[in-house]
Amino acid sequence: MRTADLLQFAWRVVGGYRARTSLILLAMGIGVAAVIAVSSIGEGARLYIVNQFGALGTNLVIVLPGRSETAGAMPGVLIGRTPRDLTIDDALALMRSAAVRRLAPLIVGAGDIRAGARNREAPVLGSTAALMDIRHMALAQGSFLPEGDPRLSQPVCVIGAKLGAELFGTRPPLGEWLRIGDWRFRVVGVLASQGQSLGFNTDEIVIVPLAAAQALFNTDSLFRILVEAKGREQIAAAKADIEEILRERHDGKRDVTVITQDAVLATFDRILGALTLAVGGLAAISLAVAGILIMNVMLIAVSQRKREIGLLRALGATGRQIRLAFFTEAVLLALGGAGCGVAVGKLGQLAISQLYPNIPFTPPWWALIAAPTTALLTAVLFSVAPARRAARLDPVQALSKR
Amino acid sequence: MIRLQGIERVFRVGEEEVHALRAIDLEIEVGEYLSIMGPSGSGKSTLLNIIGLLDRPSAGRYALDARDVTGLSDDDQARVRRDKIGFVFQFFHLVPRLSAEQNIELPMVLAGIEPATRRQRLDRLLADYGLEGRAQHRPDQLSGGQCQRVAIARAMAMQPSVILADEPTGNLDRHTGQDVMAVLEAVHHAGGTLLIVTHDPEIGARAHRRLRMIDGAIAADERG
Repeated sequence: MRTADLLQFAWRVVGGYRARTSLILLAMGIGVAAVIAVSSIGEGARLYIVNQFGALGTNLVIVLPGRSETAGAMPGVLIGRTPRDLTIDDALALMRSAAVRRLAPLIVGAGDIRAGARNREAPVLGSTAALMDIRHMALAQGSFLPEGDPRLSQPVCVIGAKLGAELFGTRPPLGEWLRIGDWRFRVVGVLASQGQSLGFNTDEIVIVPLAAAQALFNTDSLFRILVEAKGREQIAAAKADIEEILRERHDGKRDVTVITQDAVLATFDRILGALTLAVGGLAAISLAVAGILIMNVMLIAVSQRKREIGLLRALGATGRQIRLAFFTEAVLLALGGAGCGVAVGKLGQLAISQLYPNIPFTPPWWALIAAPTTALLTAVLFSVAPARRAARLDPVQALSKR
Repeated sequence: MIRLQGIERVFRVGEEEVHALRAIDLEIEVGEYLSIMGPSGSGKSTLLNIIGLLDRPSAGRYALDARDVTGLSDDDQARVRRDKIGFVFQFFHLVPRLSAEQNIELPMVLAGIEPATRRQRLDRLLADYGLEGRAQHRPDQLSGGQCQRVAIARAMAMQPSVILADEPTGNLDRHTGQDVMAVLEAVHHAGGTLLIVTHDPEIGARAHRRLRMIDGAIAADERG
């Protein structure tokens, strides 16, 4: 039997039993599509988190007041307990470490912003000139906070693009004055629009000098110190130095939490990677189910088509030809199902991407290869038994039944 | 030519052994027209199945065209069947999803014949059996007589030397049955060996040689 004829024969069977074929395609397609859709959601979440953390800066070491006993890098760590204040002097002392390139102390609060008659509530960040480089911020207009002693206050501020438009309308905000609480600030810079970054929209914030923020919120304690290490390999050294310097300054108490961006990232990466694999694996079970369905359907086909098999034997088909015919049929069905599944899975992923454009949903490469391959393998594996049964059928008995 | 020597066929039904065929010796020359008759269970169909290599004898030897085919492997028997034997069945046994033409083509497809050659033979067969207008019809769109013509055309597709027909008219009305017999007899006139198993004495009487079977043995062998 020529290969083309074998394919055509199987094709006519697949086309001849429409309902059966569409059922198998559906089962197989759902399995493959589920694996692809589910794993692209997982992969999307992973990429989203990785990107968000990446946008925070590079080689970051974050110092927060208080120490949590759980030493893991879960999000809960971000809130330390039993705080003892971190001060500007603490921050400046960290510059002694040879592994630190630059640092930016940070105070965060909410302020009532007024410009003329307009009035708006917005997050207020107090920091230093180094913040711009550490956080990879970009300016649309003007300049960032001035360099100089962070202990000295200057009445200047940098605002987010959206906030600028809301406060000043079409007027250029550069050089204008605005009030935060009882204090007046001149706008010296406008941030370029960057959008959301870890729940913080830089388009809607005001950045003022650190000392100004201290006066504004009447506090000496820092919310964070963002430290940038000199390089990736210096992160560990920077972390050790920071812990040592702060312990000395805090009477030998380890009362700060130092986390590295790398560790947080790696943990999220691992967790979400494992989650994606696990959920993808769960979805893959439906592929095995689809494989068993193919076996069932093929077994039914063998008993339903007994007469046909007997006839083929009478017409001179060898056992091998019968086996091949059933085998080809199963492979065609699996190929179709896998194709449908990949298409539907991709479509589903595109649909979810439309709903949540922020999250980069994309199927991981292993899912795109593994899902259709598993579908094919199960189909081939599960069609062996029916094909053998068909080939072993006694032609006399097969033909004698009406 | 067909030569059977001491053919036995024993079926085991539970504890019991049933002798479907006992000590059959039979020689059939090339081009003979032979009918096999007898009551139900007398072994007619079993004999036909053994001659058609669909079934294996429990004992004895079978030579087809001077070649001993008794001990051939299943696949070798399949090839002999494909090349030398054409089957016609009572219930036609057409593949329901295939058109008349595709049904006739089936043995040639199994034999791996080139599509161009197949097309030539198909056109000849469709013309020979008066099926030109029906080539694209599926079996459920054909009458019983037309179905049996398709089946005969299919049996002839590989130009076999022996045609085995098991109750070819058993499922047809009298008139259509005679029509089908004429088609089968035309094969015989063209030089082929024709074996017909039938219940119908009128049809059986048309053959030039008539076997009568009782209890798995040949009870009578008439010629002329």
